[in-house]
Amino acid sequence: MASDILQFILYCVLLTALAWPLGLYMASVFNGERTFLTPILAPVEGLFASACGVDGQKCDQHWTRYALSVLAFNAAGWLMLYAVLRLQGVLPWNPQGLPGLSPDLAFNTAVSFVTNTNWQAYGGETTMSYFSQMVGLTVQNFVSAATGIAVGAAVIRGFFGRETRGIGNFWIDLIRSVLYVLLPLSILFGLFLVWQGVPQNLTHYVDVTTLEGAKQTIAQGPAASQIAIKQLGTNGGGFFNANSAVPYENPTPLTNFVEMLAILLIPAAFPFMFGRMVKDMRQGIAIFAAMGILFLAALGLTYGSEIQGNPVYAEMPVDQTAGNMEGKEVRFGVGNSALWASATTAASNGSVNAMHDSFTPLGALAPMLQMQIGEVVFGGVGSGFYGMLLFVVLTVFIAGLMVGRTPEYLGKKIEAREVKLAVITFLVMPLGVLVFGAMAAVIPTALASVQDAGPHGLSEILYAYSSGTGNNGSAFAGFGANTPYHNTMIGIAMLLGRYVFIVPMLAIAGSLAAKKTVPASAGTFPTHSPLFVGLLVAVILIIGGLTFFPALALGPIAEHTAMLAGQTF
Amino acid sequence: MLSQIRPALVMITMMTLLTGVAYPLAMTGVSQVLFADQANGSLLTREGKAIGSTLVAQAFTDPGYFQPRPSAANYDGASSTGSNLGPTSAALRQRIGADATRLASENPSMPVPVDLVTTSGSGLDPDISPAAASFQVPRIAKARGLESGQVQRLVWENVKGHTFGLLGEPRVNVLALNLALDAVAPRRAPATQPGEPVAVNSTDR
Repeated sequence: MASDILQFILYCVLLTALAWPLGLYMASVFNGERTFLTPILAPVEGLFASACGVDGQKCDQHWTRYALSVLAFNAAGWLMLYAVLRLQGVLPWNPQGLPGLSPDLAFNTAVSFVTNTNWQAYGGETTMSYFSQMVGLTVQNFVSAATGIAVGAAVIRGFFGRETRGIGNFWIDLIRSVLYVLLPLSILFGLFLVWQGVPQNLTHYVDVTTLEGAKQTIAQGPAASQIAIKQLGTNGGGFFNANSAVPYENPTPLTNFVEMLAILLIPAAFPFMFGRMVKDMRQGIAIFAAMGILFLAALGLTYGSEIQGNPVYAEMPVDQTAGNMEGKEVRFGVGNSALWASATTAASNGSVNAMHDSFTPLGALAPMLQMQIGEVVFGGVGSGFYGMLLFVVLTVFIAGLMVGRTPEYLGKKIEAREVKLAVITFLVMPLGVLVFGAMAAVIPTALASVQDAGPHGLSEILYAYSSGTGNNGSAFAGFGANTPYHNTMIGIAMLLGRYVFIVPMLAIAGSLAAKKTVPASAGTFPTHSPLFVGLLVAVILIIGGLTFFPALALGPIAEHTAMLAGQTF
Repeated sequence: MLSQIRPALVMITMMTLLTGVAYPLAMTGVSQVLFADQANGSLLTREGKAIGSTLVAQAFTDPGYFQPRPSAANYDGASSTGSNLGPTSAALRQRIGADATRLASENPSMPVPVDLVTTSGSGLDPDISPAAASFQVPRIAKARGLESGQVQRLVWENVKGHTFGLLGEPRVNVLALNLALDAVAPRRAPATQPGEPVAVNSTDR
């Protein structure tokens, strides 16, 4: 208990201490300034830029062109990944001779990785060849993260641009995200993982004879290189089926701690990058504080619930002082599983080191709610931050309504156009979670995928569609998601959750960039004060709560009361 | 849109070569040189034969061996999975009840530590808690004809504490513990005679 709390504190301190300088560094990278890596990387950057016909300097794109570049690049990436997965059987680096994926599973998986969701309807070591893992999935781990970072940087430019048409160049932002941020961090982190015991080879699965003389086959592969970027890029798709619970993905308490830091590192750096880019660090700190408050609240609920164990077994001769250990690994225990669950659903990472399906009802409610409010508590790389800026826009709008003034943020007037665009995106989560979820709860073919009876069954559906629409990718894995119905519908949910955020958000950025900056006056609502942080947190909770509380009441909350009464289904 | 197609195709091709081919292959090459043992799965050999990995649980059913946690993957090292049963699942209640009753009948100690009746997330958890190892000591001492104190000492020697005194949870690697047990008191003569050096990797690097 005490050591758990100490680890939580150490985690928060280290995360902040690492995210701050990284945010400043990323601001330099996306402002096009010289960094310590520039001498090495500038030639490579130039090579990439000239190959795709981008002129280094005069290349600012209008937001519509920026959005088209994003969509074209993601479409090309999707096509390529789909082809790799379908053709897996005839491609090289397939020592286990795994066949190509079915059309619906390949569609779902390609969408999943291109949208930075990394939902796993497939089984890792039982489905994917080394070629698919490397040339297919690892590539999208990088470039889907880079897409999010690029859009995040472009949106920030919209908030400080002064009567400009452009918000940056997507291709340049993409190249810089990969070369200056993701690749160097992945190389260091990947080697650390191998040192700690994560495999990195291309050999056949190993056959061993156990001490009792049984045969055991142990999966291998180029795991560390993929796991490094999986965590840093808020991707989360496991090299192995059971994801970061598998000792080969996450062998020691040390890898677990560092992987948790990697999950939130870049999302937590974004507020600081924002503060530097808009030249007012207080603005970044205020957003970081709001994210931090929501994160700690979710962690508290999950940990407080898991450590109490499961009252259903209170009568049995079982010592439950270690807490609810079903689906958890001994080396992590309840404390590190709760911290990971909070981090991975705050970020749209979605990797798991314990099975969320077996969490206590309230222990799983917090992760679910973090996804449903749109993955804005740190959130995905880039995407979490621009999602949070939507709530900021809404909060200043509401604050403006209260006092009867045209709201402004960082000197930009927030007007009807911006608020309308924001509201469009706010409708995506309810559509994906509640409408699609309700369909899954009544259509018999869809309902057949539910594993557990009772309210937990509804939680499985809610979790799947929250994870898909929120682009998280974690799962209540008992839910049999690999069916044509769910592969298709969750695929559509992932597309909505990604692009109906990106396009309106770029439109808002473009619209703001074109506006004049008005100087702050006595009537300007300060957006760096504790009052604003409190208001922002309240707006997020009220919107999220009002939208999803009825569904949560029927799922995890109903299950919680049943569990307290010792009822099983 | 059309003007974006060429850069999109060029970019995805170049990114694939960089991050999908060059990066993982370079990482594989460097790892095989710097950390060959870990990069190849932390495998253990005895008498020249691979007997498992320190990082992958294997089944032990013999009463003279420490037993790992139950596995939803049936200890299949090529198909990891948890049970994914929810907290109010009747199937889970039945399974835990049956396992608790069986363990209580096989071991004189009480109550059963929770990790011995719950499946892990991966189905391949190589560790048990120190309490779960101590719980099994009387049974193993009896099956091997050893003093309880001697077996308990082996358990304490194999406990890994919190990393840096803080991170993670104290634990015992079941395979390492059983190898240590075999070295002290051979289970089945003569095939498993100690003598050949056992290559044991530390998992807590």
